Amino acid sequence: MTEMPASEKVEDIEIRLLLEAMFLKYHYDFRNYAMASIKRRLRQAREQMGFATFSALQESLLREPSMLPRLLRYLTVQVSEMFRDPSYFKAVREKVVPHLRTYPSLKVWVAGCSGGEELYSLVILFREEGLEDRTIFYATDINQEALQSAEAGVYPLERIQLFTENHRKAGGKSSLSDYYQAAYGRASFDKSLRRNVVFSDHSLVTDAVFGEMHLISCRNVMIYFDRDLQDRALGLFKASLARKGFLGIGAKESLRFSRHAGAFSDFVREEKIYQRQGE
Amino acid sequence: MTSSRYQAVVVGASAGAVEALSVILPALPPTFKLPVIVVVHIPPDRRSVIADLFSAKCQLAVKEAEDKEPLVAGTIYFAPPDYHVLVEASMTLSLSNDEPVLFSRPSIDVLFETAADVYGAELIAIVLTGANHDGAKGTQAVLEAGGVGLVQVPETAFASAMPEAAIRACPAARVLSLEAIAGFLGDV
Repeated sequence: MTEMPASEKVEDIEIRLLLEAMFLKYHYDFRNYAMASIKRRLRQAREQMGFATFSALQESLLREPSMLPRLLRYLTVQVSEMFRDPSYFKAVREKVVPHLRTYPSLKVWVAGCSGGEELYSLVILFREEGLEDRTIFYATDINQEALQSAEAGVYPLERIQLFTENHRKAGGKSSLSDYYQAAYGRASFDKSLRRNVVFSDHSLVTDAVFGEMHLISCRNVMIYFDRDLQDRALGLFKASLARKGFLGIGAKESLRFSRHAGAFSDFVREEKIYQRQGE
Repeated sequence: MTSSRYQAVVVGASAGAVEALSVILPALPPTFKLPVIVVVHIPPDRRSVIADLFSAKCQLAVKEAEDKEPLVAGTIYFAPPDYHVLVEASMTLSLSNDEPVLFSRPSIDVLFETAADVYGAELIAIVLTGANHDGAKGTQAVLEAGGVGLVQVPETAFASAMPEAAIRACPAARVLSLEAIAGFLGDV
Protein backbone atom coordinates (compact mmCIF):
# COMPACT_ATOMS: atom_id res chain seq x y z
CA MET A 1 0.00 0.00 0.00
CA THR A 2 1.27 3.45 -0.80
CA GLU A 3 1.59 6.05 1.89
CA MET A 4 -1.31 8.43 2.31
CA PRO A 5 -0.30 11.88 1.13
CA ALA A 6 -0.44 14.54 3.82
CA SER A 7 -3.22 17.08 3.44
CA GLU A 8 -0.98 20.00 2.49
CA LYS A 9 0.17 17.95 -0.49
CA VAL A 10 -3.34 18.21 -1.91
CA GLU A 11 -2.96 21.95 -1.76
CA ASP A 12 0.35 21.72 -3.61
CA ILE A 13 -1.31 19.69 -6.36
CA GLU A 14 -4.15 22.15 -6.59
CA ILE A 15 -1.77 25.08 -6.86
CA ARG A 16 0.17 23.39 -9.62
CA LEU A 17 -3.06 22.69 -11.49
CA LEU A 18 -4.25 26.25 -11.00
CA LEU A 19 -1.02 27.65 -12.48
CA GLU A 20 -1.26 25.16 -15.35
CA ALA A 21 -4.85 26.26 -16.01
CA MET A 22 -3.83 29.91 -16.00
CA PHE A 23 -1.11 29.15 -18.55
CA LEU A 24 -3.26 27.00 -20.84
CA LYS A 25 -6.20 29.35 -20.82
CA TYR A 26 -4.57 32.80 -20.63
CA HIS A 27 -0.86 32.23 -21.42
CA TYR A 28 0.27 33.71 -18.16
CA ASP A 29 3.05 31.46 -16.98
CA PHE A 30 3.82 31.40 -13.26
CA ARG A 31 4.77 27.74 -13.26
CA ASN A 32 8.44 28.48 -12.65
CA TYR A 33 8.08 31.18 -10.10
CA ALA A 34 9.61 30.70 -6.65
CA MET A 35 6.81 28.67 -5.10
CA ALA A 36 6.97 29.74 -1.47
CA SER A 37 5.98 33.29 -2.30
CA ILE A 38 3.44 32.31 -4.96
CA LYS A 39 1.79 29.99 -2.48
CA ARG A 40 1.45 32.71 0.12
CA ARG A 41 -0.02 35.12 -2.40
CA LEU A 42 -2.42 32.53 -3.77
CA ARG A 43 -3.58 31.61 -0.27
CA GLN A 44 -4.27 35.26 0.35
CA ALA A 45 -6.13 35.54 -2.96
CA ARG A 46 -8.18 32.43 -2.28
CA GLU A 47 -9.21 33.63 1.18
CA GLN A 48 -10.00 37.18 0.13
CA MET A 49 -11.86 36.10 -3.00
CA GLY A 50 -13.92 33.72 -0.92
CA PHE A 51 -13.05 30.30 -2.33
CA ALA A 52 -12.89 27.27 -0.08
CA THR A 53 -10.32 25.50 -2.25
CA PHE A 54 -7.91 26.23 -5.06
CA SER A 55 -9.87 23.81 -7.20
CA ALA A 56 -12.93 26.03 -6.86
CA LEU A 57 -10.83 29.05 -7.68
CA GLN A 58 -9.47 27.25 -10.72
CA GLU A 59 -12.91 26.40 -12.03
CA SER A 60 -13.99 30.01 -11.72
CA LEU A 61 -10.79 31.24 -13.37
CA LEU A 62 -11.27 28.93 -16.34
CA ARG A 63 -14.86 29.97 -16.98
CA GLU A 64 -14.81 33.62 -16.00
CA PRO A 65 -12.17 35.77 -17.75
CA SER A 66 -12.77 38.70 -15.38
CA MET A 67 -11.17 36.57 -12.67
CA LEU A 68 -7.81 36.83 -14.38
CA PRO A 69 -6.99 40.49 -13.65
CA ARG A 70 -8.20 40.01 -10.09
CA LEU A 71 -5.84 37.12 -9.56
CA LEU A 72 -2.97 38.86 -11.35
CA ARG A 73 -3.22 41.68 -8.87
CA TYR A 74 -2.19 39.26 -6.16
CA LEU A 75 0.48 37.59 -8.23
CA THR A 76 2.29 40.50 -9.81
CA VAL A 77 1.76 43.90 -8.29
CA GLN A 78 4.75 45.20 -6.43
CA VAL A 79 4.87 48.47 -4.61
CA SER A 80 8.26 50.06 -5.14
CA GLU A 81 9.73 53.47 -4.45
CA MET A 82 11.25 56.09 -6.68
CA PHE A 83 15.02 55.92 -6.32
CA ARG A 84 14.69 52.90 -4.07
CA ASP A 85 18.19 52.16 -2.71
CA PRO A 86 19.49 55.65 -3.56
CA SER A 87 23.07 54.38 -3.68
CA TYR A 88 22.15 52.26 -6.72
CA PHE A 89 20.95 55.30 -8.65
CA LYS A 90 23.95 57.27 -7.46
CA ALA A 91 26.19 54.56 -8.91
CA VAL A 92 24.25 54.66 -12.20
CA ARG A 93 24.74 58.43 -12.27
CA GLU A 94 28.40 58.50 -11.33
CA LYS A 95 29.75 55.27 -12.81
CA VAL A 96 27.45 54.17 -15.64
CA VAL A 97 26.41 57.51 -17.14
CA PRO A 98 29.99 58.52 -18.12
CA HIS A 99 30.13 55.40 -20.32
CA LEU A 100 26.66 55.96 -21.74
CA ARG A 101 27.63 59.50 -22.74
CA THR A 102 29.96 58.09 -25.38
CA TYR A 103 27.02 56.69 -27.39
CA PRO A 104 25.10 58.85 -29.87
CA SER A 105 21.85 57.04 -29.07
CA LEU A 106 20.80 54.86 -26.17
CA LYS A 107 18.28 52.20 -25.29
CA VAL A 108 17.27 51.50 -21.72
CA TRP A 109 15.03 48.65 -20.65
CA VAL A 110 13.17 48.64 -17.34
CA ALA A 111 12.09 45.00 -17.21
CA GLY A 112 9.16 44.33 -14.90
CA CYS A 113 8.38 48.04 -14.50
CA SER A 114 5.34 47.47 -12.28
CA GLY A 115 3.92 50.86 -11.22
CA GLY A 116 6.69 52.81 -12.95
CA GLU A 117 8.69 54.08 -9.96
CA GLU A 118 12.00 52.73 -11.24
CA LEU A 119 11.26 53.97 -14.77
CA TYR A 120 10.57 57.56 -13.72
CA SER A 121 13.64 57.51 -11.50
CA LEU A 122 15.81 56.66 -14.50
CA VAL A 123 14.11 59.12 -16.85
CA ILE A 124 14.60 61.94 -14.33
CA LEU A 125 18.21 60.92 -13.79
CA PHE A 126 18.83 60.84 -17.56
CA ARG A 127 17.21 64.25 -17.96
CA GLU A 128 19.41 65.67 -15.22
CA GLU A 129 22.45 64.23 -16.94
CA GLY A 130 21.43 65.53 -20.37
CA LEU A 131 20.95 62.06 -21.86
CA GLU A 132 17.17 61.86 -22.04
CA ASP A 133 16.88 63.24 -25.58
CA ARG A 134 19.06 60.54 -27.08
CA THR A 135 17.45 57.68 -25.14
CA ILE A 136 14.52 55.40 -25.77
CA PHE A 137 13.19 53.78 -22.61
CA TYR A 138 11.34 50.49 -22.80
CA ALA A 139 9.11 49.82 -19.81
CA THR A 140 7.71 46.32 -19.83
CA ASP A 141 5.54 44.24 -17.58
CA ILE A 142 3.19 41.28 -17.90
CA ASN A 143 0.41 42.96 -15.97
CA GLN A 144 -1.74 45.33 -18.06
CA GLU A 145 -3.03 47.14 -15.02
CA ALA A 146 0.52 47.76 -13.82
CA LEU A 147 1.49 49.09 -17.26
CA GLN A 148 -1.49 51.41 -17.24
CA SER A 149 -0.61 52.75 -13.83
CA ALA A 150 3.03 53.16 -14.88
CA GLU A 151 1.85 55.11 -17.92
CA ALA A 152 -0.42 57.26 -15.77
CA GLY A 153 2.44 58.12 -13.40
CA VAL A 154 0.19 59.07 -10.49
CA TYR A 155 1.25 58.30 -6.92
CA PRO A 156 -0.27 58.99 -3.52
CA LEU A 157 1.04 62.27 -2.18
CA GLU A 158 2.11 60.69 1.10
CA ARG A 159 4.75 58.69 -0.76
CA ILE A 160 6.36 61.77 -2.27
CA GLN A 161 8.31 62.67 0.84
CA LEU A 162 10.14 59.36 0.68
CA PHE A 163 10.66 59.66 -3.09
CA THR A 164 12.07 63.18 -2.61
CA GLU A 165 14.43 62.06 0.11
CA ASN A 166 15.61 59.12 -2.01
CA HIS A 167 16.11 61.38 -5.01
CA ARG A 168 18.26 63.73 -2.97
CA LYS A 169 20.36 60.86 -1.60
CA ALA A 170 20.76 59.55 -5.14
CA GLY A 171 22.57 62.75 -6.06
CA GLY A 172 19.57 64.46 -7.68
CA LYS A 173 20.52 67.69 -9.42
CA SER A 174 17.02 69.12 -9.56
CA SER A 175 14.03 69.21 -7.28
CA LEU A 176 11.63 66.29 -7.60
CA SER A 177 8.78 68.80 -7.36
CA ASP A 178 9.81 70.07 -10.81
CA TYR A 179 8.36 66.88 -12.27
CA TYR A 180 4.92 66.50 -10.71
CA GLN A 181 1.79 68.41 -9.89
CA ALA A 182 0.02 67.76 -6.64
CA ALA A 183 -3.75 67.76 -6.43
CA TYR A 184 -6.38 65.90 -4.44
CA GLY A 185 -3.83 63.97 -2.44
CA ARG A 186 -2.07 62.69 -5.53
CA ALA A 187 1.09 63.58 -7.40
CA SER A 188 0.85 63.38 -11.21
CA PHE A 189 4.18 63.10 -12.95
CA ASP A 190 4.69 65.29 -16.00
CA LYS A 191 3.84 63.72 -19.33
CA SER A 192 7.05 65.09 -20.85
CA LEU A 193 8.82 62.37 -18.84
CA ARG A 194 7.03 59.82 -21.02
CA ARG A 195 7.88 61.31 -24.39
CA ASN A 196 10.72 58.81 -24.99
CA VAL A 197 9.13 55.89 -23.20
CA VAL A 198 7.62 52.85 -24.91
CA PHE A 199 5.29 50.91 -22.59
CA SER A 200 4.86 47.34 -23.63
CA ASP A 201 3.48 44.01 -22.56
CA HIS A 202 6.46 41.68 -22.36
CA SER A 203 7.12 38.52 -20.39
CA LEU A 204 10.58 37.46 -19.28
CA VAL A 205 9.16 33.96 -19.10
CA THR A 206 7.76 33.52 -22.58
CA ASP A 207 8.84 36.45 -24.80
CA ALA A 208 12.05 37.11 -26.73
CA VAL A 209 14.69 39.76 -27.35
CA PHE A 210 13.28 42.94 -28.90
CA GLY A 211 16.23 45.31 -29.18
CA GLU A 212 19.85 45.99 -28.38
CA MET A 213 20.09 47.65 -24.99
CA HIS A 214 22.78 49.74 -23.33
CA LEU A 215 21.29 49.50 -19.87
CA ILE A 216 18.83 47.01 -18.43
CA SER A 217 17.45 47.67 -14.97
CA CYS A 218 15.54 44.75 -13.49
CA ARG A 219 15.41 45.08 -9.75
CA ASN A 220 13.65 42.66 -7.44
CA VAL A 221 11.86 40.93 -10.29
CA MET A 222 13.98 37.82 -10.65
CA ILE A 223 13.81 37.03 -6.94
CA TYR A 224 10.29 35.81 -7.72
CA PHE A 225 11.61 33.28 -10.25
CA ASP A 226 13.01 29.85 -9.61
CA ARG A 227 16.54 29.13 -10.76
CA ASP A 228 15.57 27.84 -14.21
CA LEU A 229 13.48 30.88 -14.88
CA GLN A 230 16.18 33.20 -13.56
CA ASP A 231 18.51 31.56 -16.05
CA ARG A 232 16.03 32.17 -18.84
CA ALA A 233 15.64 35.83 -17.94
CA LEU A 234 19.39 36.31 -17.61
CA GLY A 235 19.88 34.60 -20.96
CA LEU A 236 17.44 37.10 -22.42
CA PHE A 237 19.33 40.00 -20.84
CA LYS A 238 22.61 38.59 -22.08
CA ALA A 239 21.26 38.41 -25.63
CA SER A 240 19.67 41.87 -25.38
CA LEU A 241 22.69 43.79 -24.14
CA ALA A 242 25.13 45.50 -26.42
CA ARG A 243 28.76 44.61 -25.84
CA LYS A 244 29.82 46.36 -22.63
CA GLY A 245 26.17 47.11 -21.88
CA PHE A 246 25.04 47.31 -18.25
CA LEU A 247 22.69 45.23 -16.14
CA GLY A 248 21.43 46.42 -12.76
CA ILE A 249 19.62 44.02 -10.41
CA GLY A 250 18.26 44.25 -6.85
CA ALA A 251 20.52 44.78 -3.85
CA LYS A 252 20.05 41.23 -2.58
CA GLU A 253 19.93 39.48 -5.93
CA SER A 254 22.91 37.67 -7.33
CA LEU A 255 24.18 36.20 -10.58
CA ARG A 256 26.31 33.84 -8.54
CA PHE A 257 23.98 30.85 -8.84
CA SER A 258 23.26 31.34 -12.56
CA ARG A 259 24.85 29.56 -15.48
CA HIS A 260 25.10 32.92 -17.27
CA ALA A 261 27.28 34.40 -14.54
CA GLY A 262 30.32 34.16 -16.84
CA ALA A 263 28.78 36.51 -19.42
CA PHE A 264 28.80 39.39 -16.94
CA SER A 265 31.53 41.05 -14.94
CA ASP A 266 31.12 43.12 -11.79
CA PHE A 267 30.97 46.80 -12.67
CA VAL A 268 29.84 48.28 -9.35
CA ARG A 269 29.90 45.20 -7.19
CA GLU A 270 28.25 46.60 -4.06
CA GLU A 271 25.32 47.98 -6.10
CA LYS A 272 24.85 44.83 -8.22
CA ILE A 273 25.62 46.59 -11.47
CA TYR A 274 27.17 44.26 -14.03
CA GLN A 275 28.71 44.73 -17.44
CA ARG A 276 28.18 42.42 -20.38
CA GLN A 277 31.37 40.77 -21.51
CA GLY A 278 31.95 40.59 -25.25
CA GLU A 279 32.69 37.33 -26.92
CA MET B 1 25.76 12.30 9.57
CA THR B 2 22.65 13.34 11.40
CA SER B 3 20.39 11.05 13.33
CA SER B 4 18.22 13.92 14.47
CA ARG B 5 14.49 13.82 13.84
CA TYR B 6 14.81 17.48 12.87
CA GLN B 7 15.99 19.06 9.64
CA ALA B 8 16.04 22.78 10.37
CA VAL B 9 15.67 25.50 12.99
CA VAL B 10 13.90 28.82 12.45
CA VAL B 11 14.20 31.69 14.93
CA GLY B 12 12.34 34.98 15.26
CA ALA B 13 13.36 37.88 17.47
CA SER B 14 12.67 41.59 17.66
CA ALA B 15 13.36 44.17 20.39
CA GLY B 16 16.23 42.83 22.51
CA ALA B 17 17.17 40.27 19.87
CA VAL B 18 20.94 40.57 20.06
CA GLU B 19 21.16 39.81 23.77
CA ALA B 20 18.77 36.86 23.52
CA LEU B 21 20.44 35.39 20.45
CA SER B 22 23.80 35.81 22.16
CA VAL B 23 22.76 33.17 24.68
CA ILE B 24 21.57 30.68 22.06
CA LEU B 25 23.62 30.94 18.88
CA PRO B 26 27.19 30.98 20.27
CA ALA B 27 26.27 27.89 22.34
CA LEU B 28 25.64 25.80 19.22
CA PRO B 29 28.58 23.38 18.91
CA PRO B 30 30.66 23.07 15.71
CA THR B 31 29.09 19.63 15.28
CA PHE B 32 25.56 21.08 15.01
CA LYS B 33 24.00 19.56 11.92
CA LEU B 34 20.96 21.70 11.12
CA PRO B 35 20.65 24.93 9.19
CA VAL B 36 19.44 27.78 11.40
CA ILE B 37 17.47 30.59 9.76
CA VAL B 38 16.95 33.73 11.79
CA VAL B 39 14.64 36.71 11.28
CA VAL B 40 15.41 39.77 13.35
CA HIS B 41 13.36 42.93 12.83
CA ILE B 42 15.81 45.53 11.59
CA PRO B 43 15.11 49.03 10.23
CA PRO B 44 14.93 48.79 6.42
CA ASP B 45 17.34 51.60 5.67
CA ARG B 46 20.20 50.21 7.66
CA ARG B 47 23.00 48.11 6.33
CA SER B 48 22.80 45.20 8.69
CA VAL B 49 25.86 44.21 10.67
CA ILE B 50 24.07 41.49 12.63
CA ALA B 51 25.52 38.61 10.59
CA ASP B 52 29.05 39.99 11.04
CA LEU B 53 28.41 40.48 14.73
CA PHE B 54 27.39 36.86 15.27
CA SER B 55 29.99 35.55 12.90
CA ALA B 56 32.58 36.72 15.40
CA LYS B 57 30.77 35.08 18.33
CA CYS B 58 29.63 31.74 16.90
CA GLN B 59 31.25 28.40 16.34
CA LEU B 60 29.11 27.86 13.21
CA ALA B 61 29.30 29.68 9.89
CA VAL B 62 27.09 32.79 9.93
CA LYS B 63 25.92 34.76 6.90
CA GLU B 64 23.22 36.97 5.50
CA ALA B 65 20.74 34.92 3.46
CA GLU B 66 21.05 35.24 -0.32
CA ASP B 67 18.36 34.62 -2.87
CA LYS B 68 18.32 31.02 -4.26
CA GLU B 69 20.95 29.93 -1.79
CA PRO B 70 21.00 26.19 -1.01
CA LEU B 71 20.64 25.56 2.74
CA VAL B 72 23.75 24.05 4.26
CA ALA B 73 23.84 22.08 7.50
CA GLY B 74 25.44 23.83 10.45
CA THR B 75 25.09 27.31 8.97
CA ILE B 76 23.26 30.27 10.51
CA TYR B 77 21.41 32.53 8.06
CA PHE B 78 20.13 36.00 8.89
CA ALA B 79 17.35 37.61 6.85
CA PRO B 80 18.56 40.80 5.14
CA PRO B 81 16.82 44.04 6.13
CA ASP B 82 13.73 44.94 4.06
CA TYR B 83 13.30 41.47 2.52
CA HIS B 84 11.27 38.49 3.56
CA VAL B 85 13.17 35.24 3.61
CA LEU B 86 11.30 32.09 2.57
CA VAL B 87 12.15 28.40 2.42
CA GLU B 88 11.54 26.64 -0.90
CA ALA B 89 10.71 22.96 -1.36
CA SER B 90 14.11 22.53 -3.02
CA MET B 91 15.71 23.36 0.38
CA THR B 92 16.90 26.69 -0.88
CA LEU B 93 16.17 30.14 0.47
CA SER B 94 14.39 32.79 -1.51
CA LEU B 95 13.94 36.47 -0.77
CA SER B 96 10.90 38.56 -1.52
CA ASN B 97 9.77 42.15 -1.56
CA ASP B 98 6.17 41.28 -0.81
CA GLU B 99 4.46 43.83 1.37
CA PRO B 100 5.36 43.88 5.06
CA VAL B 101 3.37 41.49 7.26
CA LEU B 102 2.33 43.00 10.62
CA PHE B 103 4.46 46.01 9.60
CA SER B 104 7.49 43.76 9.43
CA ARG B 105 9.81 42.92 6.58
CA PRO B 106 11.48 40.55 7.16
CA SER B 107 8.53 38.78 8.75
CA ILE B 108 8.87 35.92 11.22
CA ASP B 109 5.47 34.53 10.17
CA VAL B 110 6.52 34.36 6.51
CA LEU B 111 9.70 32.43 7.35
CA PHE B 112 7.96 30.08 9.80
CA GLU B 113 4.98 29.33 7.52
CA THR B 114 7.09 28.57 4.46
CA ALA B 115 9.52 26.48 6.54
CA ALA B 116 6.57 24.56 8.03
CA ASP B 117 5.35 23.82 4.49
CA VAL B 118 8.70 22.31 3.58
CA TYR B 119 9.90 20.62 6.78
CA GLY B 120 6.60 19.62 8.38
CA ALA B 121 7.27 17.73 11.61
CA GLU B 122 11.03 18.04 11.24
CA LEU B 123 11.18 21.72 12.15
CA ILE B 124 12.02 23.57 15.36
CA ALA B 125 10.62 27.11 15.60
CA ILE B 126 11.81 29.50 18.29
CA VAL B 127 10.14 32.77 19.29
CA LEU B 128 12.20 35.16 21.39
CA THR B 129 11.84 38.64 22.81
CA GLY B 130 9.87 41.28 20.88
CA ALA B 131 7.31 44.05 21.19
CA ASN B 132 4.81 42.92 18.54
CA HIS B 133 2.84 39.81 17.55
CA ASP B 134 4.96 38.53 14.69
CA GLY B 135 5.71 34.82 14.94
CA ALA B 136 2.46 33.77 16.61
CA LYS B 137 0.73 32.71 13.39
CA GLY B 138 3.93 31.21 12.09
CA THR B 139 4.45 29.10 15.20
CA GLN B 140 0.87 27.93 14.88
CA ALA B 141 1.63 26.75 11.34
CA VAL B 142 4.75 24.93 12.56
CA LEU B 143 2.82 23.12 15.29
CA GLU B 144 -0.03 22.23 12.95
CA ALA B 145 2.51 20.64 10.62
CA GLY B 146 3.77 18.56 13.55
CA GLY B 147 6.90 20.57 14.31
CA VAL B 148 8.12 21.86 17.66
CA GLY B 149 7.58 25.40 18.97
CA LEU B 150 9.83 26.85 21.67
CA VAL B 151 9.02 30.21 23.21
CA GLN B 152 11.16 32.29 25.54
CA VAL B 153 9.66 32.71 29.02
CA PRO B 154 8.01 36.15 28.61
CA GLU B 155 9.09 37.35 32.07
CA THR B 156 12.73 36.89 31.09
CA ALA B 157 12.34 38.68 27.74
CA PHE B 158 13.49 42.24 27.12
CA ALA B 159 10.05 42.75 25.52
CA SER B 160 7.38 40.24 26.48
CA ALA B 161 4.63 40.92 23.90
CA MET B 162 5.95 38.65 21.19
CA PRO B 163 6.48 35.53 23.31
CA GLU B 164 3.15 36.19 25.04
CA ALA B 165 1.33 36.36 21.72
CA ALA B 166 2.98 33.13 20.58
CA ILE B 167 1.98 31.35 23.79
CA ARG B 168 -1.61 32.61 23.50
CA ALA B 169 -1.85 31.41 19.91
CA CYS B 170 -0.04 28.13 20.60
CA PRO B 171 -0.83 26.48 23.92
CA ALA B 172 1.18 23.46 22.77
CA ALA B 173 4.39 25.47 22.46
CA ARG B 174 7.04 24.82 25.10
CA VAL B 175 7.92 27.85 27.21
CA LEU B 176 11.60 27.79 28.12
CA SER B 177 14.39 29.99 29.38
CA LEU B 178 17.08 31.02 26.90
CA GLU B 179 19.49 28.58 28.54
CA ALA B 180 16.96 25.75 28.23
CA ILE B 181 16.39 26.60 24.56
CA ALA B 182 20.14 26.44 23.99
CA GLY B 183 20.19 23.12 25.86
CA PHE B 184 17.33 21.75 23.76
CA LEU B 185 19.22 22.57 20.58
CA GLY B 186 22.39 21.07 21.98
CA ASP B 187 20.57 17.74 22.38
CA VAL B 188 18.93 17.42 18.94
